[in-house]
Amino acid sequence: MKWGSVTRLVAVVIAVAVIAVLSIQPIFPNVKWLPLTKGVSLGLDLRGGVHVTLEAKDTAVGKVNNDTMSQLKETIERRVNAFGVSEPLIQQEGKNRIIVELAGIQDPEKAVNEIIKTAFLEFKTEDGKTIITGADLKNATESKDPMSGQVEVTLEFNEAGTKKFAEATAANVNKRIAIMLDGQVLQNPTVNEPIPNGKARITGYSSLEEAHTIALLLKSGALPLQTEVIEKRTVGPSLGADSLNKSVKAGIIGVIAIFAFMLLYYRLPGLIANFALLVYTIIVLAIFSGLHVVLTLPGIAAFLLSMGMAVDANVIIFERLKEELKEGKTLRSAINSGFNRAFVAVLDSNVTTLIAVAVLFYFGSGPIKSFAVALGVGIVTSMFTAITFTRWMLHNTADTGIKNTKLYGA
Amino acid sequence: MFHIIKTRKIFYMISLAIIILGLGSLLTRGLNLGIDFTGGNIVELKFKNAVTVQDVRGSLEAYKLEDSQLQSGGDNTFLIRTRVLSQTESEQAIQGISEKLGGATLLRNELVGPVIGKELTRQAILALVIASVLMSLYITWRFEFLQAIAAIGGLLHDVLIMTGIASLLQIQIDSTFVAAVLTIVGYSINDTIVIFDRIRENLRMNRKEDLGELVNKSLWQTMARSINTVLTVVFVLLALLFFGGNTISNFVTLLLIGIVCGAYSSIFISGPGWYDLRRIQKDRKRAGKAAA
Repeated sequence: MKWGSVTRLVAVVIAVAVIAVLSIQPIFPNVKWLPLTKGVSLGLDLRGGVHVTLEAKDTAVGKVNNDTMSQLKETIERRVNAFGVSEPLIQQEGKNRIIVELAGIQDPEKAVNEIIKTAFLEFKTEDGKTIITGADLKNATESKDPMSGQVEVTLEFNEAGTKKFAEATAANVNKRIAIMLDGQVLQNPTVNEPIPNGKARITGYSSLEEAHTIALLLKSGALPLQTEVIEKRTVGPSLGADSLNKSVKAGIIGVIAIFAFMLLYYRLPGLIANFALLVYTIIVLAIFSGLHVVLTLPGIAAFLLSMGMAVDANVIIFERLKEELKEGKTLRSAINSGFNRAFVAVLDSNVTTLIAVAVLFYFGSGPIKSFAVALGVGIVTSMFTAITFTRWMLHNTADTGIKNTKLYGA
Repeated sequence: MFHIIKTRKIFYMISLAIIILGLGSLLTRGLNLGIDFTGGNIVELKFKNAVTVQDVRGSLEAYKLEDSQLQSGGDNTFLIRTRVLSQTESEQAIQGISEKLGGATLLRNELVGPVIGKELTRQAILALVIASVLMSLYITWRFEFLQAIAAIGGLLHDVLIMTGIASLLQIQIDSTFVAAVLTIVGYSINDTIVIFDRIRENLRMNRKEDLGELVNKSLWQTMARSINTVLTVVFVLLALLFFGGNTISNFVTLLLIGIVCGAYSSIFISGPGWYDLRRIQKDRKRAGKAAA
């Protein structure tokens, strides 16, 4: 019995246990990144939310191009921000699509309505001619004159809009110019004088709040393109919570089964492998937390699958170890040559699997990407823990003097 | 322990039979495609009161949706699969049904336009081809070209069987099918490589040994590993299947079929397949020499 290695083993077991507890329990609320589980956010399918893909189409006034698309994106961002969701995802996909993802909202359907509201803003003369559309509106803000107490909404146009608006107001003095949202009259102010500078004021509101609503509608109504929902997935919060509970429960049962199997089949090395699996889980959790990985239902499945992979590296090594022991080698040299020979197999097999995962990551979207990330992180980490940690543990265990090769499965 | 190389034709026949059965089903019944491929709406509702399929179907009539597919998920939840509905249409229908049947919570509402499905199919095939090419390049570099061919052949076998069984059992196919297939490809190739690694090592140590004996020996040497690895993954998948809820049960079922099939093909198809390829190559060379 060598007490040095016993001390080392005990120290490692205690250290891992402490780190494991710290990773999942909020013991130090002052440390920002602890517990690690806090850094991993849940996907739409686990906390409820909505995923919408919008496809933009040309209209009479706007063609789909980079400019109009970024305008469309900005408009949608404003609308989304208006109903205050934390960490919304709004991104352009391809040439004419925009993806919106909102997590953790109570009423996903209502949110979709707000986003896709085809709100099409136009300014029309009395004879029904459209002079400007929402695409030319740069900004709309409400304000209250501190002296007179008069509430007004100030409109600001872009360059083209300024020109068009100047011409239109010059031709329509003392007539009305209607501001229409989706064909409904939102405002119908009278033109007092030509407005050449692209800044118009609408007055006559009863409160600042009313003016604010109008300003918001004007701003958010400025959709430059017509959009159509081509994909929508909403998950109610209750289904999300249910999925999370069930998959975590399933995961725990599966992991217990792996632990039991490894222990029964591989005995002492199996115990070490189980311990390595614990270390593996903590490392993966830390990486997920550090990369801010969004965990989805397929992501959890991938994490559990990668545990199978993590065990696999150990299985390859232990099978090798058994063979070497049966050939009559000493425990120490069996561990060494077992690792050396198994390493090539582990490396080559994992690289080929990583190729498949990389392709999946490249082509997949949303939950599938999350699946690929989880699997990829798992494979790399499992290789690392099997080669470094399991090996170190095996050597130290051998050093303690437990030499009965039966315990190693031989 | 039986001789895998000597009995390999039996395994070829078994695989061929399953593939033909699957292809037959694919041609006659096709795949049970989900809305990801066909386009459409899926609404999952949980009713407050106990309702029957007839109740739900009846309430759909008002919206001309009585032809929709209905599936009871137990616990008063129903899946309603309809044609593509606009936001207003689906909202009206959901509200109407809920009011008529005493209140319901909307668990899920998915809409997929018809364009998405075509793109998905194209991307899936592209992904599979690219993954296969990259993997064969790696295997050719680390092993040899014939082993790359045998490994990819094994993968093709897995994909065919997975798709065939999905058709036979009419498992609904959605976008996660692509993920399932590629995951299986990753796992199956992993098994194959571990076996090829052992063949490579045995070839180095004993060049004179008969190739059939050597492959057989390598397959048996890695057998415990092959089976144990599949077992650990199967444990996790079974737990997910029985306790993981409805949402991913299709995905998990496909993975389960694929994992078992992948391990089988690595041992009984890719290994012996490489032996046959190698034999044919040798025969050709000998024939070439004899002719010269």
